[in-house]
Amino acid sequence: MKAIVTVIGGDQVGIIASISKILADRSINIEDVNQTIMGNSFTMMMLVDLTDAEVSFDAVRQELAEMGTMMSLSIRIQREEIFMSMHQV
Amino acid sequence: MNNQQILETIRMVEEEKLDIRTVTMGINLLDCSDSDDETARKRAYAKIVDKAEKLVETADAIAREFGIPIINKRISVTPIALVAQASKTPDFVKWAEMLDKAAKKVGVNFIGGFTALVQKGMTPGDLALIESLPVALLKTDRVCSSVNVGDTRSGINMDAVRLLGSTILGIAEHTKEADSIGCAKFVVFCNAVEDNPFMAGAFHGPGEGDVIINVGVSGPGVVKSALEKVKGESFEAVCEIIKKTAFKITRAGELIGKTAAERLGVDFGVLDLSLAPTPEIGDSVARILEEIGVDVCGGHGTTAALALLNDAVKKGGIMASSHVGGLSGAFIPVSEDEGMIAAAVSGELTLDKLEAMTCVCSVGLDMIAIPGSTPSETISAMIADEAAIGMINHKTTAVRIIPVIGKGVGEMAHFGGLLGYAPIMPTHKSSSARLIARGGRIPAPVHSFKN
Repeated sequence: MKAIVTVIGGDQVGIIASISKILADRSINIEDVNQTIMGNSFTMMMLVDLTDAEVSFDAVRQELAEMGTMMSLSIRIQREEIFMSMHQV
Repeated sequence: MNNQQILETIRMVEEEKLDIRTVTMGINLLDCSDSDDETARKRAYAKIVDKAEKLVETADAIAREFGIPIINKRISVTPIALVAQASKTPDFVKWAEMLDKAAKKVGVNFIGGFTALVQKGMTPGDLALIESLPVALLKTDRVCSSVNVGDTRSGINMDAVRLLGSTILGIAEHTKEADSIGCAKFVVFCNAVEDNPFMAGAFHGPGEGDVIINVGVSGPGVVKSALEKVKGESFEAVCEIIKKTAFKITRAGELIGKTAAERLGVDFGVLDLSLAPTPEIGDSVARILEEIGVDVCGGHGTTAALALLNDAVKKGGIMASSHVGGLSGAFIPVSEDEGMIAAAVSGELTLDKLEAMTCVCSVGLDMIAIPGSTPSETISAMIADEAAIGMINHKTTAVRIIPVIGKGVGEMAHFGGLLGYAPIMPTHKSSSARLIARGGRIPAPVHSFKN
């Protein structure tokens, strides 16, 4: 299963490092990363592959959300199909 | 994947309140009939609990995975009048209590299908179900009921219409401690559809399969926000942006519906794309009409704006999914729509205008509070008017009206939660008693010579 991780919030040191660590520790592969900073607002999108993930989707979702709360960021993970189906004919 | 599209989806959910309004499991109960009433009820209970056991858990997991909230998980069943009247002495109140118990057991917030289809005539079972309604809706919390009194091919059963006027007052009287809320769970249809996932009118039609998943998507807030981008532009631009938005919403719903059906091991039925408002700010159909250009919903031009909205929503939805069904269009329930409530309070939105609006939108007079002292014949006549609109125009119309016992024009009725609150609206004072006293049937209309 592939999913998109989105991170939105104030820029700070270590955002990518912290998230990548969670993903790597759970054997979730990052396939693509895209980030921009507009003003002080940090926006990052990651395409990840959960095929070999060692934990459930829900567990990863929760862990990322907790990290988001700690760093005052909004971090979401959503299955990729939702974006494809909504925006592609 | 385009970043803007990802952010747009997130914004639609976070700021514009895009959600899946309901995942409704339709369950056939025809195979539960028995000459012994208690045996039939036990079978029906066992089947509902068995089939819907994992409905809530599955829907919640899917919502978390796709990041789109699924607000309601519901069940619709075969019209109970059809199932129960095989029994020698059906006790319909007990059938309603059984449905309520099953709904609570599996954790759904409503179960629909306490229903009778009487468009051409009433069987003893249909009559018994209708007569049980005041007590059945008092004794249950989650049961929703509907009666179909007419259709384009059969005409209108005016005997049933007369009976339902007094039945609605009976339901109101029995639940008067809570602003007659029982009436919010009862709807009278003309041309009822068999696969509608929305309450209070959902039932699992006899032409459906054994178990299916129907999905209702909503998103008035998303449409309103999209329209803000085309202020002052022509109607073509308005239609185009509504269609595009409806397309996206429908796609999200279809994906979620198909995933839910697959995981539950049942067939996917239909996707009902209806703009269903809630009393929350930013989730209103009235505000869309105002964005299109009428200052206050109910003013002149409202019907035209609603016609355009309803049609454009269908066009976008039909392009997005091959399984669009149910009611699909725009709902205009007064108490459930913050903009409608405001318009009704201001006096711009009247019952007569609402009736006109129902000619071009997906349902009918919905969640409208009227004085508790309204005569039953007046309520019957309102039902007859709506049914006539549906019958002649080949569309579904409905009446879900609440005579609030003990309250009069200008006061507010409070139903709570998604059902919202509404000002009591005035009805016409003249009597319709002679019309309703006639009884019999209004014959089916001619299907040619259309003007």
